[in-house]
Amino acid sequence: MIRTLLAATALCCAMPALAKTITIEAGADAQERLQEALILAEPGDIVELGAGTFELTDGLSLDVDKVTVRGAGMDKSILSFAGQLGAGEGLLVTSDDVVLRDFAIEDSKGDGIKSKGADRIVYHALRVEWTGGPKATNGAYGIYPVEASDILVQDSVVRGASDAGIYVGQSKNIIVRRNTAIENVAGIEIENSFDAEVTENLVTKNTGGILVFDLPNLPQMGGHNVLVARNAIINNNTDNFAPEGNIVAGVPAGTGVMVMANRNVQVIENAIINNGTTNVMVVAYTQTFDDPNYDPTPREVYIAGNVHGESGFAPDFDGGKQLAAAFGGALPAIVYDGLGEGLIVNDAVAVLNLGLTKVGQAPSEAKPSLYKQSGAGETVALSPIVLPASMEAALK
Amino acid sequence: MRTMLAAIVVCLVGFAVSAAPTRPVADAVILADGMPKKLSEYGFFTDASGWKPNQGVELYELNSALFTDYAEKYRYIYLPAGQKAVGKDEGMMQFPVGSALIKSFGYKIDGEDRLLETRVLLHRTDGWIALPYVWNAEQTEATLKVAGTRIPVRFADPSGNERDISYAVPNKNQCKECHALSGQVVPIGPKVRNLSHDSLDMLLSNEMLDQASGDQPSIPDYADAAMPLKSRARAYLDINCAHCHNREGSASNSGLFLTWEEQSAVHLGVGKRPVAAGRGSGGFEFAIAPGQPDQSIMMYRLTSLEPGIAMPEVGRSLVHKEGAALLSEWIAEMEKE
Repeated sequence: MIRTLLAATALCCAMPALAKTITIEAGADAQERLQEALILAEPGDIVELGAGTFELTDGLSLDVDKVTVRGAGMDKSILSFAGQLGAGEGLLVTSDDVVLRDFAIEDSKGDGIKSKGADRIVYHALRVEWTGGPKATNGAYGIYPVEASDILVQDSVVRGASDAGIYVGQSKNIIVRRNTAIENVAGIEIENSFDAEVTENLVTKNTGGILVFDLPNLPQMGGHNVLVARNAIINNNTDNFAPEGNIVAGVPAGTGVMVMANRNVQVIENAIINNGTTNVMVVAYTQTFDDPNYDPTPREVYIAGNVHGESGFAPDFDGGKQLAAAFGGALPAIVYDGLGEGLIVNDAVAVLNLGLTKVGQAPSEAKPSLYKQSGAGETVALSPIVLPASMEAALK
Repeated sequence: MRTMLAAIVVCLVGFAVSAAPTRPVADAVILADGMPKKLSEYGFFTDASGWKPNQGVELYELNSALFTDYAEKYRYIYLPAGQKAVGKDEGMMQFPVGSALIKSFGYKIDGEDRLLETRVLLHRTDGWIALPYVWNAEQTEATLKVAGTRIPVRFADPSGNERDISYAVPNKNQCKECHALSGQVVPIGPKVRNLSHDSLDMLLSNEMLDQASGDQPSIPDYADAAMPLKSRARAYLDINCAHCHNREGSASNSGLFLTWEEQSAVHLGVGKRPVAAGRGSGGFEFAIAPGQPDQSIMMYRLTSLEPGIAMPEVGRSLVHKEGAALLSEWIAEMEKE
């Protein structure tokens, strides 16, 4: 008996501390209580946010692996940063295997939630919102994972970001699905990233719906293998409210999907409706750059199976109106600058080819015509993105 | 005979006075897992108010220092008995396990030097850990505040202006945001090249620093107007910005790298467009527009106090006028492209 008891005690001592749930309620000193919980949490723990509005005075951060932060629902547990005095974002995550779910971030002064170098992160059923609607003074990104592998953003709502609602940068192996991005400059943006799926999202009332970009002079370049499929990309005609200087400040209002300086991007089976400049734009990076390792052109872009609604009725760029007039009052549903190679369009819509021959060429030198693709119009499907089972399990 | 006895008595008394109250620094507390609740547990200071360093705890100074709302800073280094630090490439220093770096922050308030907080960096067997301790109003003890705090402070800045600020004590994670290199906590300030001449001599003569490490070229004091403008500006960026803005730091994704070693003009910001600046761009196109400080994002962010725009992101609620003037002059003198 004694020996059994001793053995059992020894076993207990050898095991790591059991995962625990730490519940934090809204109320006085929310900043200190919540931040302390996020610091003292141990791997496996759940930090649970009660219902109510947490009035925060500084950015929050999490740097412990395998922690879940869970609220009572995206409209119930609200982290309000309206009174924020410092930090570059509402919540910063820098550890691996973190799950964020069922709470809201409102009115952060910089970005909403940023995760940097945080591998296998799950963003689920979150709301990140600037409650005053589109304004240049809103923070840049709503949900902002960067420099990481294995990223899942699902069932979340982002509104009001002055850059991109959901922005994934310099990362690998990414799924962004079933989210709603509304009234941001860019709804969803995949930038300088490899192997991403953007599927089944509702992207509406943004300036541009879904952007797939690559930029020079960054640690990770050469964005490729991006699937944009089965999204509803509707009525993205909000005036561009991004602060000048940012790359998205150059996105014309009324852009459905924009592919810039990327390789192997497939835009398939989306409903792309009522975007005033064009439904899909495929272009090179136009600004000057000094980076021998950067390819500014679009390559192997495949567009097929999309349902196109009305588009091109209000082109938001210099000379757009005249160009539209030349095409009978509206720009074609797909606009291509003529640079790069391998564009395939199997949708039954007209494709405008601006006929540029050099990167950075002035639009005045364009020789517009209808695009005629060479070859059979076939491509190889991208391999499905597979995330570690632990990430999908966290959604249950 | 009586004289001799008297001398012995004096010696004994002297011995008793100097030796009795001094406990050595608690090496076991530095090394043990966990987070000590009180600063006094380490024994870094012999007085309760944190001004008198213990045996083996040495005050040192830097050539160029990080701006923290004009706070006075007092820096100490502690090494386990008989061990040395070694200077590494690019000015990094390698400290033996069991070392501690201690930094107190305070202001002269109503004519008295008062401490607000003391931050410690402890080198444990599994790496460095950074912890912030906040002083009580009586200045008799500093207590761990892992979640940080804000302290209202009124003081006079170097130009004699009264300042009212909400001084931010960083939380443990914010300590790491600046002190992280590839996700691991590392010291920032004490690099061989940034140690003042006197501090370097002191560490060498105390045998706390490997002798050969003393030969590295040093970085100038950015406040020293006798030094070339460019190296003063680069010194300022190195100590104020480069702990995040380097290839392995918290701002690695920005592509803006402000270390002393950086050679690429674009990565230093010249003609570099923003990546994730948002409204931090201020409507400007480039981090540095040569010849045009008032068109440069760098100046816009250094002179802003708004969260989401202001750089650095933590530790600054005032504009560092002198630092901003230096960088502005540097950018103004760059040739326009």
